Amino acid sequence: MKYATVIGLEVHSELKTKSKAFCSCSTEFGGEPNTHVCPVCLGMPGALPVLNKQVVEFAIRAGLALDCEIKKFNKFDRKNYFYPDLSKNYQISQFDKPICEHGHIDIEVDGQTKRVGITRIHMEEDAGKLVHSGATIKTSESSAVDYNRAGVPLIEIVSEPDMRSAAEARAYMEKLKAILEYTDVSDCKMQEGSLRCDANISVMPEGATEFGTRAEIKNLNSFRALERAIEYEIQRQIQLVEDGGTVVQETRTWDDGKGMTLSMRSKEEAHDYRYFPEPDLVPVVIDDAWIARVKSELPELPAARKARLMQEKGLVDYDAENIVSTKAMAEYFDEAAKHTEDSKGIANWLLGDVSAYLNSENITIEKFPITPANLGEMVNLINKGVLSSKLAKKVFAEMLKTGKTPQALVKELGLEQISDEGAIVKIVEETLAENPQSIADYKAGKDRALGFLVGQIMKKSRGKANPEMVNNLLKERMQ
Amino acid sequence: MKVTTKDVEYIAQLSRLTIPESEMEKFTEQFNQILNYADILNELDTKGIEPTAHVLPLSNVLREDVAVEGVSQEVALMNAPAVHDGGFKVPRVIE
Repeated sequence: MKYATVIGLEVHSELKTKSKAFCSCSTEFGGEPNTHVCPVCLGMPGALPVLNKQVVEFAIRAGLALDCEIKKFNKFDRKNYFYPDLSKNYQISQFDKPICEHGHIDIEVDGQTKRVGITRIHMEEDAGKLVHSGATIKTSESSAVDYNRAGVPLIEIVSEPDMRSAAEARAYMEKLKAILEYTDVSDCKMQEGSLRCDANISVMPEGATEFGTRAEIKNLNSFRALERAIEYEIQRQIQLVEDGGTVVQETRTWDDGKGMTLSMRSKEEAHDYRYFPEPDLVPVVIDDAWIARVKSELPELPAARKARLMQEKGLVDYDAENIVSTKAMAEYFDEAAKHTEDSKGIANWLLGDVSAYLNSENITIEKFPITPANLGEMVNLINKGVLSSKLAKKVFAEMLKTGKTPQALVKELGLEQISDEGAIVKIVEETLAENPQSIADYKAGKDRALGFLVGQIMKKSRGKANPEMVNNLLKERMQ
Repeated sequence: MKVTTKDVEYIAQLSRLTIPESEMEKFTEQFNQILNYADILNELDTKGIEPTAHVLPLSNVLREDVAVEGVSQEVALMNAPAVHDGGFKVPRVIE
């Protein structure tokens, strides 16, 4: 039988505030355990939370960027459960009145555009961190709890079950990350846990309208893990159904080393969170003026940036899409494009050699050793004919190692232009003597002949002749 | 009887409380009394009235996003029954 897959994602994103959601402790990552804590986030009796205004501001900003409706009346609720990462035995969250609803993200997979709905975005606090004594949570006799992260503000972004493949889920996650980065509401560092994803997955016979029973997969802290875990889980569920079994509704964890999802049975019984309104926090009412102000301050979003790169810089769809996929790459591009007219050249290098280098070193563009200005200058040197594509690769490799400017490297490597008129005249005359047909063509008005002759001269001079001088001399001689 | 002994057992479990068998009857009865008392409210017609989220006539009590030094690790761990590597030591969390 053929099966269809249904996927919905729940994404938690830590907000980039300086202080926690309900107390003034620092949100800085790292730090010795239990040093960014106070009576509020430690859950001491009598300590009272006060909401950080920036949390609301960021949630509105993210909501607007994801085309959500911003709800005017907001309240917080307590989600009750016992787990040692919660100091208060409840998490302050939003239950029935999330701040944002009815948004969407348009993703592109295999050249097809698809709209994935966003059900809701709500504000909540993060929990503490458990450091297990053993190698895994299952083999640990005890755990040590660090509450530095407890109370750090989060937004939880819940998608509609609109995705049908691992590739679609990945595309959604990548797009969402880009939007959160562009709006500057989150660091989006998946490795540090500031962007986390849970996937709800079910399978059903193709053509069926009723979704199958879903499993929730946790611990997906990279795009690759997300994709692999979903692919594994789809196969697991199909196999189970084919073998006459049934999928159980449960939480599973992704084991990246083993490459499989495993059932997580916590000591806690059936989830019964007993939500009720948080009595320690008064409602937040967001008026039109507040929403309008945040809207007016929204930065350029990936879709708009892509359109701009295509219109103003002449990039093709595919290149523009890839360049805007991370804010840092788009910024690098804009910066480099300030130094050259040849935006397309910059795009080619970024998506070619630069991306290859980033992948091989497993780093992001922020850590790339060549400055945007130097890359722009290198493209100029290529276009001026100073560097052939072969020499450019050599200079590029040197720039990676030394961080020197391309101009300096051209000199150092003996690649500098010949600007001595006598030397150029000699090559020009030689070339003209060898190509009488081209002179005739040029005189007959075929401009292409000039380009051919320039090319020949550049070849003879191994790309070193000053192209402007070559041009002028050629025109002079052929008059 | 709206609340049964089963409900009391469940609530006790959620609250991490142990209720002796001998007191089950008593608790069940008291829970019902409380709910019956609250039922008086249902006699009021609340059609068209927004649910109350908070009893104070206040909204938008917000603070600016400024980080302030909290308490030291030593103070933070003062009430911890057991400590390990600067953390609150807890027994294993998963079966």
